[in-house]
Amino acid sequence: MGFNLRSTWAIYTRELMRALRTAFQSILAPVLTTSLYFIVFGAAIGGRMPDLGGVSYGAFIVPGLLLLTLLSESTSNASFGIYMPRFTGTIYELLSAPVGVAETLVGFVGAAATKSLILAAIILTTALLFVDYTIAHPILAIGYIMLVAASFSLFGFILGIWADSFEKLGIIPQLILLPLTFLGGTFYSIDMLPEPWRTAALFNPIVYLVNGLRWTFYGASDVNIWVSFGLTLGFLAICVTIITIIFKTGWRLRA
Amino acid sequence: MDLGRGQFLKQEQWSGDVTQPILEIANLTKKYPGGLTALDDVDLTVHKGEIFALLGPNGAGKTTLIGAVCGLVRPSGGTIRAFGHDLATNWRSARARIGLVPQELSTDMFEQVQRAVAYSRGLFGLPADPARIEEILRSLSLWDKRKEQIRALSGGMKRRVLIAKALAHEPDLLFLDEPTAGVDVELRRDMWKLIGEMRERGVTIILTTHYIEEAEEMADRVGIIRNGKILMVDDKASMMRRLGSTEAVIEMKQPLTDIPDALSKYPLTLTAGGIHLRYRGGDGSGLGRAEVAQVTRHLAISGIEYVGIDIRDSSLEDIFVGLVEESA
Repeated sequence: MGFNLRSTWAIYTRELMRALRTAFQSILAPVLTTSLYFIVFGAAIGGRMPDLGGVSYGAFIVPGLLLLTLLSESTSNASFGIYMPRFTGTIYELLSAPVGVAETLVGFVGAAATKSLILAAIILTTALLFVDYTIAHPILAIGYIMLVAASFSLFGFILGIWADSFEKLGIIPQLILLPLTFLGGTFYSIDMLPEPWRTAALFNPIVYLVNGLRWTFYGASDVNIWVSFGLTLGFLAICVTIITIIFKTGWRLRA
Repeated sequence: MDLGRGQFLKQEQWSGDVTQPILEIANLTKKYPGGLTALDDVDLTVHKGEIFALLGPNGAGKTTLIGAVCGLVRPSGGTIRAFGHDLATNWRSARARIGLVPQELSTDMFEQVQRAVAYSRGLFGLPADPARIEEILRSLSLWDKRKEQIRALSGGMKRRVLIAKALAHEPDLLFLDEPTAGVDVELRRDMWKLIGEMRERGVTIILTTHYIEEAEEMADRVGIIRNGKILMVDDKASMMRRLGSTEAVIEMKQPLTDIPDALSKYPLTLTAGGIHLRYRGGDGSGLGRAEVAQVTRHLAISGIEYVGIDIRDSSLEDIFVGLVEESA
């Protein structure tokens, strides 16, 4: 027996249903927050800011803000998705079922990534109400958004297994991911930074993610676009490897 | 078919097929990093169609044993074969046919009852079957609650949901970890009835329980576990034959100073200043009662008057307590 499609579908649909059950928290809240960013930084302040590389400031921040939401939502959805069964004890059902790492990942991570993609679509549509932007490479943009959503959903899944308290569940997204995203060129081009901060910014991996997505929108980037794609793919591969090892050893899952 | 407790699962009804082991555990060991040995070289074979009760005090290793079979616990050593499949290498085929009702009330409290049960079926790789889900829910008196969130149900109803979830994928081997702990009499009777019906369908059931009376009533065979070791596995009748005894107290009209010579071959003692002639012996197969009858007959013939007899056979509980204390 190989990949169990029905099991995967059961996990996937249940996770999506869970998101719908908490639609206000999981969909409306991030959309509202991002819209506020667009209103404040895009429509209100953006009008007084100079264009960056020929792109209006309001449009410039769209990929960064989208990425900000993608990272935080993908991570929190996936981490919560696997942490809650561990916390409540319902993980027993998953562990005793004939499902392996592949089905579990596609189910949980697929659902988290799908939710992020739905959010991304809503945010991009909402952004049109406040700022005028275009997407230079729409197919690549969709592909890159999917790649980032999948990678950070995998990352969130690892966090959800690692965390043994709600506090730990929030530490990395709030204390590491969020600051790195804000400092990763979400609201500015790193070319605007003086040295040594510009060089220091190049050690922030989020810079490459933001610029990767920004390139798909406007065809311009602060960093080499292939480095961005390579890093994202590498991050995804590392996460898959870690999760495979976790399932093989049963770390934090099996007694 | 009504399977009320009175007609339920007597020993002679055992349909377990000893030629078809459904679960074979050999040298199973579980040692935790802290040094605790939860399972110590456990060997156990369970046959197709039988109801097997695992008895043991708290911390004996019952839940760990179930967890090792169901994939919740990583064994430190030994092998587990279910339906002929080695669980270390061919776990998918085996797990698809195993169901588990955990001891804790672990459910997604915000999920609707019907959806939760349907999810379990899908998780185990079976196609959706609303008719089957309805049948399960009706059999557990959950149909009227199918649209309710699980958190709105009482503790007993939540346990029914767990049972429904475990039955959703129609398992051939079902583990019930303390299924009737903390449930009311009605649910306990329903549980027994349900277990009887599952057995009729050929489901093999392994249950742990603190209620020895329950094990006596339901199980074909009983395993006693303590400190991770299986102390004994046998069917109840054999266990009683091997370890059972009869205890009788014959209250004399006048105190005896000595046991009559003619009764010296019986295991008798005098207590309470000679007022009580105490018999303790037999083998759990009726020998004890026969010997007590012979003793009283002899007393009557000898003109020794007695005013009462209190006689009782040892129960499974006595055997269980004796074995557990002996191994402590």
